[in-house]
Amino acid sequence: MINKSVTEKIGFAVLAFCGLLVVLTLFGILWDIGYNGAAVLSWEFLTQPPREGMTLGGIFPALLGTLLVSLITVLFSVPLGMFSAIYLNEYARQGRLVRMIRLSIRNLSGVPSIVYGLFGVALFVRIFYFGASILSAGLTLGLLTLPWTITASEEALKTVPKSYRDGSLALGATKWQAIRTNVLPYAIPGMLSGAILGLARAAGETAPILFTGAAFFIPDLPRTLLDQFMALPYHLYILSTQHQDIATVRPIAYGTALVLIALVLCLNMVAVLIRYHYRKKARMAQ
Amino acid sequence: MIRNWRQFQDASIHRFFQFNGVLSILILLGIFFILFKDGLPALQQLGVGTFIQMIWNPTSFVQETYGMGAMIISTLMVTFLALLIAVPVGLGCAAYLSEVAPNWVREILKPVIEILAGIPSVVLGFLGIVIIGPWIARVFHLPNGLNALNGAILLAVMSLPTIISISEDAISSVPRAYKEASLALGASKWQTLIRVIVPSALSGIIASVMLGMGRAIGETMTVLMATGNALKTPTHILEAVRTMTATIAIELGEVPFGSEHYHGLFVIGFVLFVMTFLVNLVADIVLAKYQEVER
Amino acid sequence: MVSIGIDKKALGNGGSNGHPVKISVKNLDFFYGPQKALEDINMDIPANQVTAFIGPSGCGKSTFLRCFNRMNETILGTRIEGTILLDNSNLYGSDVDVVDVRRRVGMVFQKSNPFPKSIFDNVAYGLRINGLKEKRKIAEIVEKSLMDAAIWDEVKDRLHESALGLSGGQQQRLCIARALAVQPEVILMDEPASALDPIATQKIEDLIQKLKKDYTIVIVTHNMQQAARVSDLTAFFYLGKLIEVNETALLFTRPQLKQTEDYITGRFG
Repeated sequence: MINKSVTEKIGFAVLAFCGLLVVLTLFGILWDIGYNGAAVLSWEFLTQPPREGMTLGGIFPALLGTLLVSLITVLFSVPLGMFSAIYLNEYARQGRLVRMIRLSIRNLSGVPSIVYGLFGVALFVRIFYFGASILSAGLTLGLLTLPWTITASEEALKTVPKSYRDGSLALGATKWQAIRTNVLPYAIPGMLSGAILGLARAAGETAPILFTGAAFFIPDLPRTLLDQFMALPYHLYILSTQHQDIATVRPIAYGTALVLIALVLCLNMVAVLIRYHYRKKARMAQ
Repeated sequence: MIRNWRQFQDASIHRFFQFNGVLSILILLGIFFILFKDGLPALQQLGVGTFIQMIWNPTSFVQETYGMGAMIISTLMVTFLALLIAVPVGLGCAAYLSEVAPNWVREILKPVIEILAGIPSVVLGFLGIVIIGPWIARVFHLPNGLNALNGAILLAVMSLPTIISISEDAISSVPRAYKEASLALGASKWQTLIRVIVPSALSGIIASVMLGMGRAIGETMTVLMATGNALKTPTHILEAVRTMTATIAIELGEVPFGSEHYHGLFVIGFVLFVMTFLVNLVADIVLAKYQEVER
Repeated sequence: MVSIGIDKKALGNGGSNGHPVKISVKNLDFFYGPQKALEDINMDIPANQVTAFIGPSGCGKSTFLRCFNRMNETILGTRIEGTILLDNSNLYGSDVDVVDVRRRVGMVFQKSNPFPKSIFDNVAYGLRINGLKEKRKIAEIVEKSLMDAAIWDEVKDRLHESALGLSGGQQQRLCIARALAVQPEVILMDEPASALDPIATQKIEDLIQKLKKDYTIVIVTHNMQQAARVSDLTAFFYLGKLIEVNETALLFTRPQLKQTEDYITGRFG
């Protein structure tokens, strides 16, 4: 019996250690980036363009570029994801088509990001003639985030009780009226939260924008959606691997990494808060 | 008349949403088709045989070669090495989460895993350069630490959240009755976990590993930044390697549009797509099976 | 096992109590996937009367009720055969729009389902989706509907507060008001008082009595006393079949079949 409980103690300790390792990994990452990044963080860093071959100055164009591209991404992928989810959750009947669609969505979410990059180059840059631009990169990232926005929107629709739909239909609403007036209004916050998660994902992606529009260095801010742009993740990549004086720009690279992580985590946090707030309200409604 | 208009309207709206639903299928087929179409010229001009050689060197002055062998081996090597790290830790963490951890620990661990999943891969690649690289160099007395091991450690971190969350799902959905039956027979909690719970959750666990593997094969930025990108057949985990994803990322920016080299990169993309597709498909089938059993 | 012939004849020619037929069901079968849930149902429902469906749970009475406004179509894999005539036109005819059916046949659900909107907006909902825009007219109908549903006095000072703040009984009467607002001809009630306390139940029952002057009412209940109190006609269902239908007083005092008698005397169910 003693033997048994000793094994158990050791076993559970090993499992707990695995959990601890995961926590330590995250805090190690956050600590290193936070500690080293905070040293260069300043108002100038956020609002100034890079100077002297990126050895001085800030990251404003990259920050702006990332926000612009993510905006295009969300504008493209969220409506499509919403419509797709409305079909799957409200209209579709179980059958071959729906199974195919769901299989496709799951597989799309597993397609490597660099493959989306290739696809974006071939489709948006070449075939659609958008060139390497904010638009091409945004659309490429839009495709990449589509599986997530569909899933998030569907989750949101699922939280709306069936009785809202039935009550509405029983009063003589058409299917679309019931969805528009009595389902969507209550699913929008959940969809919004999904949209922000998509935004966070898009903001952190590098591989898909490498060839669809991200640029090493552009002195001017983009004027149209067909301009190339600087982006935070790409900037970090450049600063840490492609710059001729990597050691000198290391602090700036840390600062860029910190801003990127902070941006992504803040977006995630907002999404979680919206979801939390909305869940609480939804629970009260039932 | 009005009734017909209303029905027409509702049917149109239905079609509109249906089209959007079908879009996912079209995109998947579109990706497949475009990769194939843009890879085909290279296959035609160079022959399939060219691509199944070892060495990839399309810009050589002496002899241009398009062998994908070395990079596929590199990709698989880094991936399996990553899984070697991530699977034990991930499964341990999942088992801890669902069977051992007290509530307050769970409240911390769950968001930690979510945040870890949200860390951009380029940031991890950066840490591979500034932290893990120097560390590996010191421990193994190497001139630099950008090699397969470095990439594998980063990929392990990247695939951990996938492995943990899906296998935790699988473990915690094992029916209570199994567990109670085992405990009632006098088995300890540990024996129950190892002999009853883990085996019953096995298909879900396998699926989680497959999905983690899919992520690792397709991951670009971390391996691009941390593995050293040497164009040769790897023989050792402390050697610099260049994976399929890294090759595309490095070269696509420099090739002339429409050249053999350009199309050659699409061949890599196509093979990569098929590989991840198959891995994900297997995961999907395994997962569907386990959900069926559960029902 | 067939329905008792005399009732159908009595109702078919205008009925012993002089009420014309509002709904006539002929050879109705209903399926959930491969499983037959209702089998060969024939019955008439008189206008401006309360008809109650009773029977043990799972006997198909709710399913049958939901055939009258085609709500079963919202459930995947269901199929119906036979005809239901509303004022002599088939509800399931190929040229019939389900939306029109539901505007003529209103429904109150078992679990009160007010929308998470204000009390006013709940009642106005049906009007607005029907295209009514005039604010004064909407307000007028909302007030009238709430009065008809005997809830006006309780909510008149808080029309713009959330309907979710009402008590269970009030919520159910609000749902009745919401159904009344679109001026249906028939109102279906699926165990409307099953989740309510005795006082709230009393109010709903009084309301049903009052409403039958203007509407044809069909109510499903598992409470036999309730059926006896509120209905004029009672139909007993068992295992997907209509066993017996008769005037309520007769059915409860002199059931024609042993099965009915066993059920109403509480020997099973």
